[in-house]
Parts: sequence; C-alpha cells; structure tokens
Amino acid sequence: MSMRTEPVTVNIGPHHPSTHGVFRLRVTFDGEVIVDVEPVFGYLHRGTEKLAEERTYVQFVTLTDRMDYVASMTNNQGFVLAVEKLAGITPSPRGVWLRMIAAELQRIASHLVGMGFFLQDLGAFATPLMYAMRERERILDLFEMLCGARITNSYMRPGGVFMDAPEDFWPAVNRFLDEMPGYVDEYESLISGNEIVLSRTKGVARVELDALINASISGPMLRAAGLAWDLRKKHPYEFYDRVEFDVPLAQESDNWARYIVRIQEMRESVKIVRQCVQQIEPGPIRPKEVPFLVRPPAGEVYSSIEGPKGELGYYIVSDGSIAPYRCKVRAPSYINLTLLKDMLVGWRVADMIVTFGSIDINMGEVDR
Amino acid sequence: MYGLGILKGFGVTALNAFRSPFTVEYPDRRVGLPGLARSAGINPLAFVLKRPKDALKAVLGLAKIPARSQQHSRFRGQDFTWYVERCTGCASCAKLCPLGIIKIVTDPSGRQTQEGEVYDIETFDIDLARCMACGICVEVCPYDALHMGSGFERARYGFPNLLITVDELKKAPKRPSTWFRPQLEERGYHPHKSGQADWRLVGRHERPTAGQLKRNWVDDRAK
Amino acid sequence: MTSSFLDNAFFRNIYCNLASSDSARCAGGGPFGDGLFPPGWEWFAFLVTAFLTVFVVINGALLGVNAYIWGERRLIGRIQGRPGPNRWGPFGLLTPVADLIKILTKEDIVPAAADRLLFFLAPFLIVVPVLLVFAVVPFGSSSWVADLNIGLLYVLAVLSVESFAPVMAGWGSQNRYAMFGALRAVALLVSYEIPMVLSLLGVLMIAGSLSLVDVVHAQSVPFILVQPLGFLVFFIGTVAEIQRAPFDLAEAESELVGGYHTDYSGIRWGLFQAGEFLATIAGAAIIVTVFLGGWRGPDFLPSHAWFFIKLTGVLVVMTWIRGTLPRLRIDQVTSFAWKGLLPLAALNVVLSALLSLIWPAPTNGELWIMVAINMTVAAAALIVLGQFGPKAGERPTPAPVSTLREATPGGGN
Ligand code: SF4
Ligand code: SF4
Repeated sequence: MSMRTEPVTVNIGPHHPSTHGVFRLRVTFDGEVIVDVEPVFGYLHRGTEKLAEERTYVQFVTLTDRMDYVASMTNNQGFVLAVEKLAGITPSPRGVWLRMIAAELQRIASHLVGMGFFLQDLGAFATPLMYAMRERERILDLFEMLCGARITNSYMRPGGVFMDAPEDFWPAVNRFLDEMPGYVDEYESLISGNEIVLSRTKGVARVELDALINASISGPMLRAAGLAWDLRKKHPYEFYDRVEFDVPLAQESDNWARYIVRIQEMRESVKIVRQCVQQIEPGPIRPKEVPFLVRPPAGEVYSSIEGPKGELGYYIVSDGSIAPYRCKVRAPSYINLTLLKDMLVGWRVADMIVTFGSIDINMGEVDR
Repeated sequence: MYGLGILKGFGVTALNAFRSPFTVEYPDRRVGLPGLARSAGINPLAFVLKRPKDALKAVLGLAKIPARSQQHSRFRGQDFTWYVERCTGCASCAKLCPLGIIKIVTDPSGRQTQEGEVYDIETFDIDLARCMACGICVEVCPYDALHMGSGFERARYGFPNLLITVDELKKAPKRPSTWFRPQLEERGYHPHKSGQADWRLVGRHERPTAGQLKRNWVDDRAK
Repeated sequence: MTSSFLDNAFFRNIYCNLASSDSARCAGGGPFGDGLFPPGWEWFAFLVTAFLTVFVVINGALLGVNAYIWGERRLIGRIQGRPGPNRWGPFGLLTPVADLIKILTKEDIVPAAADRLLFFLAPFLIVVPVLLVFAVVPFGSSSWVADLNIGLLYVLAVLSVESFAPVMAGWGSQNRYAMFGALRAVALLVSYEIPMVLSLLGVLMIAGSLSLVDVVHAQSVPFILVQPLGFLVFFIGTVAEIQRAPFDLAEAESELVGGYHTDYSGIRWGLFQAGEFLATIAGAAIIVTVFLGGWRGPDFLPSHAWFFIKLTGVLVVMTWIRGTLPRLRIDQVTSFAWKGLLPLAALNVVLSALLSLIWPAPTNGELWIMVAINMTVAAAALIVLGQFGPKAGERPTPAPVSTLREATPGGGN
C-alpha cells in the first residue's frame, strides 16, 4: 500500500531555542526526514565593518568584541595583529605573552560554550551546559582581573595589551590550570562514554574532507575531518613557535569527531597557557612610542589567526588616516555555515539541531 | 558493554549534587543555621541561645544575609566616577569615545580671573543607554579626572533616566575602579573595601606642594 | 463492590461514623453512637464518604505534584551546581504556588486557526486519566479508594487514554511544531505500551491476581528481585510512557520548542505541566506497588510511611535520570523499544510462565529460588544484549528534492 505523503516546510527560527541567536532555517521535511534546507541570516547585522570606517584603530577594538561575543579576546587579537602588521609596530614581548594567555583562555571558554550548547541541543536538561558554564565563569573571573570586563573585554591594543596583569592574576591562573584537566575528565566521563550521546552523534552529518576544503571551512570542523590545519602551527603568529602543543585530529568528520576535537583542544590550550605563564618575563606591556591614534601608512593587509571557531581574518585597507578605509572580517562562523545543507539533507529534525550545535557558530559573528 | 557509559554519567551527576553550588545568589543569600551563625561570627550553639528567633527562622529556611559582590577592583562598572576638581574640560574623553556619547559644555568666562585658565564644566552628560563600558574615555583622560565606576546596579526604567548628568556625577560616591589606573592599584585601592577616594588620591602623581609649584612656575620662568 | 470498599479503613471510619445504624457493615458502631444520620440515610452517608475519600486523594495527588515540582527543581539544581528555587517561602517551598499564580494571571492565547474543541479539551484529557489511576493505588495497608479486581488492567487502560491528549493538542493547535510533537508522542506510546504490558505478565503469573492490593500481598519478596527483567522493562516503559527525559522527544524543547504544547499558554499550559508531573507520580506509585512491595516494610514505621519513602526514592531516581541523560532520536527510541525491550519482556514472560508452572503458588523459599534463577537469566540477557553497541546512524535516503519541491509551491509556517 502506498501512502500519499506531502512534504512540510517549517521555519526553524529566527526565534527558536536552539538556533544560537537569531537565525532562520527554512526546512522541508518528509515526515521527520529533511529534504531541503535554506539558511536565512542577517537578522543580527549591525554593520560592524562599515562602522570600522569611521572609528580609529583603537576604537574599533571595542567593536570587535561584539562580533563573536563568546570569544572576544581572540577577536581583539586578530584585529590588533592586523593593525600591527599594517603599521609596522613591533609589540612588546610581555604584551604578546599576555595576549597569548588571554587568547588561549578564551579558546577554552569558547569551546566550553560550544560543547555545552551542543549537548544542550542533544537534549541533556542543561546539566553539561551548567558544568561548562561553571568553568567558563572561572575564566571570565580571570578576564575580570585582567581587564575589568567579562565578555566584552577590549583588552588588547596595537603593540600589546592596555594594562599589565595584577598580582593576584598569576596564582589564580595557576590554580585554574591545575584544576581544568580534572574538569575536562569530568565532562568526558559524563558524556564521552554515554551511549545515548554516541548513538546520537557518531556517523551523523558526515562531510567529506574535499567538500570542507572547497568550502574553505576551517577550525575544529576541518581538523575533525583529519586535516592538521592550524594557523598556530602553519603560520605561527605571536609566540606560538615558542610553545609546544599538539593539533588534535579526528578522522570521522561527524558530529562526534567535532565534539571530541574540541575537548582535546581544551587540553592543549591548558598546556599552552601553562608554557606562557612559565615563559613570561617582566617588562613593558606595550611600546611607549605607539600612540593612541595609530596612523598606519597607506596600504592593505590581510592577517589571520586561528580563532576558536576557525580562521579569523582581518583585511584592512588604510589610506594613511587614523581610521581604516575598509575593514573586512573573514568570520569563521559564517564560512563554516556554508555546508549546512549538504550536512543536513537526509537526517532528521533532531540531528539538524545537533549538527547545528556541532558547527559551533555565533550569530554575532555570522551577521556582524 | 552497552550501558556502562550511562552509569558513569550517573556517577558524575550524583557527585556533583553533593558539591556546593557555584552560582552566586544576589542580592541576598539564603542560609541555614550554620551559615547564619558563621555570618554573625559565633558558633551555632551560642547563636541559638542568644538569638532564638533568628535561629528558628534559619532552621525554617527563611534566613537571608546580604550577598556582597566579589568583583575585582578593575571591574568596569556602569556608573562613572568623575572629579570636578581634576577635570579641565579638555574633552578628550568626548572626542575619543567610540560612540560619541559624552557631551561636554564648558564655560571659559566664568569666575576665573584669567580667561582660559580653568574652565567651568556646565554639562558633562554621559548617555549610559548607549555606553558599552569600553573605558576608552578613561584611558584617554590626561588628568585622571574620569574613572570607571564600580557599581552595576544602574538599571532604570526608561532611557532618559539612564543619562548621567553633571550634577549626578558630582554628587555620586567616589568609588573609582582601578581600571587603567595603575597608580590606584599600587596604593592597594579597592573600591568596595577601601572606601571613597578623594580627588587628591587618584592622580598619577603626588600633588605638588606650594614650594614645588613656585619653583616650577615662578622661579624657573624668572631665570 | 461495597464490601470491598469497606475493607478500606479510611472509608469505613468515615462511613461508620456517619451511619453506624448500618450494623451489618459496622459492627460495634462508631464513636457517635447511632451515627450522625438517622437510619435509612445510609445511601447519603455512603455518598458523603465516597466524596470525601476522592476529595482527599485528588487533592493529595495535586499537593504531591506541587511538592514534587519543588523537589525536582531543587534536586536538578543541585545536580547542576546551583541551589535551585529558594526564594519563596521556607526553602522555596512556595515556588510552585507562585508559579501557579503567575500562570493563572497569564493571557490565554488561542491560535486563530486552532480547532477549538480539540484545543480546549486536550489539557483536561492529560490530567483526568492520571487522577483516575490514583483510584486503585493502595497507599497503605488499608487505604485505597477502590480495590478493583482488574486493577492493573484498569491502570494500563486509563493511562493509554492519556496518550490521546498530545495528538489532540498537536492537531488542534494547527502548528507544525505541535504536529511533529504529536506524531512523535504517538509513535512513542504505541511502541512502549506493548513491552510494558508484557513486562507485567510475569507479575500477574506469580501474584495470581490483577488487583493491586493482592499484588502487594503477594510480595513477601519484592518483585523487583523476583522479576528483575520485568522491572527494568516496566521502569523504562513508564519513563517513556510519561514522556520524561530521555524520552521527552514529544516536547523536545531544543528541537520542537515545546512540541505538542507549543501554542498553549496560561493555565492550559500549566495543566500540561501538571499532567506530566502527575503522570510521573502515578507511574512511580505503580512501580512502587507492583515491584517494590508497596506499603510493606518493617513494622517500626506505619505502612503509609513506607509507601511514601519508596515513592520518593523512585521519584528521585527519575529526576536523576532527567538531570543526566540527553534525549534520544525518534527512530532510536522506537527501535530500542522493539529490538531491546520487547525481547527482554518476552523472555521474562516465557521464564515466568515456566517458573509458575513449576511453583503455581510459590512459598517464600520458592520465591527466593525464583530470584536466583531470574537474576542469572537477567544478567545473561543484559550482557548478550549489551554486545550490540551503539551503531552509527545511517542516513535514510530521502525522496528527490525536485519532486517534493513541486508539491509545495509556497510553504512556510
Ligand atoms: S566607556 Fe566607552 S562608550 Fe562609554 S562613555 Fe566611555 S568611551 Fe564612551
Ligand atoms: S574627564 Fe578628563 S578627558 Fe574628559 S574633559 Fe575632563 S579632563 Fe578632559
């Protein structure tokens, strides 16, 4: 007997509990199975790139916070590195170390959020999310010590950072580094062995490595497909050539691989921060001669860093004035979304939400 | 074997149920009898004898003690601390605020004997509704007149009430954050623990004595 | 039926006080001598008594829901490292009351396109059947509303009426999320009803009766030991039947917003929530009665206390599960029921049938032999089944997009 069925189109979002911001997916379902996906975004567009054209270079640092608001330190870092390259500023070593510490802590925080919401999307009544938030709070406390803010840090400046770490920062960061691996073990024993999680994520939403490369996807998604592409290793910026760490890889390129790569990266980040804390030396945190109003020579520059979500690039054109002539941001979240349709077609409603969580996007960065 | 991983997860959650909560209760904290006695600084037994009413309340789960904020001295609060004594009306803060939300009107022809020597600040409005607490205005203030505040309770009904006016700035309690003020940090200042900071305290340099001033400005010029 | 009513101590006390002239049933009379009502008014005394009993049980159940909501939120709070609700009243005990007041004052929104009859009826249909379950639950050695001789059958029948509610809500609110939730609920309930009923067969064979009171009387050894497989299947089945985590995919907050009650607001939404918690308590009560020995326990505590201690224990475990496990996918849920629970339940039935052929009316010692045999078989079955680890999901082949596109020119929600 054949049944006459009809596909249903459903709008997931823009207001939906698990679209991680205001994002809309027009999904066509055949029963519970997805046959077509059409992502619609732009609901959070604030024109950050245009705003940059009438802000000075330091003023724009504050706006980079607002793009990927769960990883503002790395956003700051990417931008000030681009400005330094453009203006030919040599940063002070202590400032660089502080920037690396902040950026790696931020990577842990961002992966915690990614992991927590990924499991929240799986339907685990907020428990792993709360555990992730518990450690993230501690990182945010460290940020509060560094720069007085928890989310929108604006900590970095061309040439270094704006203020040295206070005395009580160092014992706090050491305590955190000692405890963090234990917490990661705790998540692993809560989640990594859980058969429900395994059966929900293994083999789900697999994409080929070629497709990922063609779509210029970067970050943990690419490493989950088995390509060891990490800008910290490939084009070492800051002092990443002076610290030792591994690039975690997975081969399966499914939701599970993306999750496990993030977990491993947290462990590596802990290692990096520890080495930074050991190697940091007293000194100025930014060169005295760098003025508040940076005035780079006319020219253009593209500089990219390995953000928590992927390659975060800034392309700045300067006309020699105090504000950029054009500033383009290569936002990893946005580009990582491009394969969404290929990943989702054929899977079910529940898988769609989980896959969406496993890409770990941030709508503030997608729409900018 | 299938199912063991799930059991392990149960172990983790059960362990966590016996840890103390990590969230912060605000504005007050519910405590039991031991907590209340500890906050009063005596042991529970003595507490029951001394204040039986409060002890009963605590046993019934109704006792609360005010929760203090644990923020760091660098915390960038929403309200600003501004010292009219230090401000020259140079308007660097207004110029470099990324959002342009500081409005300054100065009056050079006020009570001053010599025109242009000191400006009267007639308006110093900060539109908190749009302020993002980035602190650039504080960073650029050359005279350490403007500081980030240390409060976080400035929620108001309606946008107009979010405007900080010059009168409010003058009257507000002076608890500057040590953000971008290393001199305050060196003095070990904490906005919530050290009390209010006088305008003489917050500068980058010691205030010159009358003798120093005379030497710098009168004697040196006479040479 | 009346005589069985009067086995109930609570009922008899009230009745005999009101109508002690009924010397046939109340030998010795009550404290009011001839009773409050004159002779000939026994029917009225009976009515009043029945009403009072039902009143107490229903309100007890609803109060229990409030207490349970509070308890669950506190416990899940602690599991997640936060204190849980502690603002209203002592230890936050009044939080459910505050919630109720809030819910009552909310606007009741009805979607314009809704099928109003179904939309309005669904919330009641989710609460009423669960309340009916409490009619047959023995709360103590002589406290129950009715001791039906088909008690277990009644429970299963009444609970399956409840499964209409999600469908009515989902269909009635004319919302696609709600429709998804409704369909999932149906798939879930259809799949889990069968292993659940099968798992009870073993109990019936040993107890020899469908009456819940008799089942408790038969448990000189709690049936959780005699019927470990039955207990496992019934427990999982109950959790699925009342749609709690990890089987809460009919409301699946992160996927379907609220599932079948997406479009509900105000007190109707509150009824759905109350229904869910009531169902949890009812399910736990049935588990306690059938598998954990009901009110039985050492003598130093009254029988009611034992019942409530066991009930609390089961509820804590259910809350713990909710705080730990993520949600399953719909196909995994159904395949788990058919491929995992159904074979276990069938094995249990066969085994129990064999054993009850050998010992038709088991004595205490024979029950312990059964425990040993059943435990061994259960462990062996679980280990064998456990070898089939989680398999990677397979991508089902969808219909070609182009043909489907033509079918829905416009679309949209
Ligand atoms: S904190 Fe930033 S946004 Fe606010 S007034 Fe100062 S410069 Fe402007
Ligand atoms: S607060 Fe500072 S920057 Fe602003 S006008 Fe006064 S002295 Fe100038």
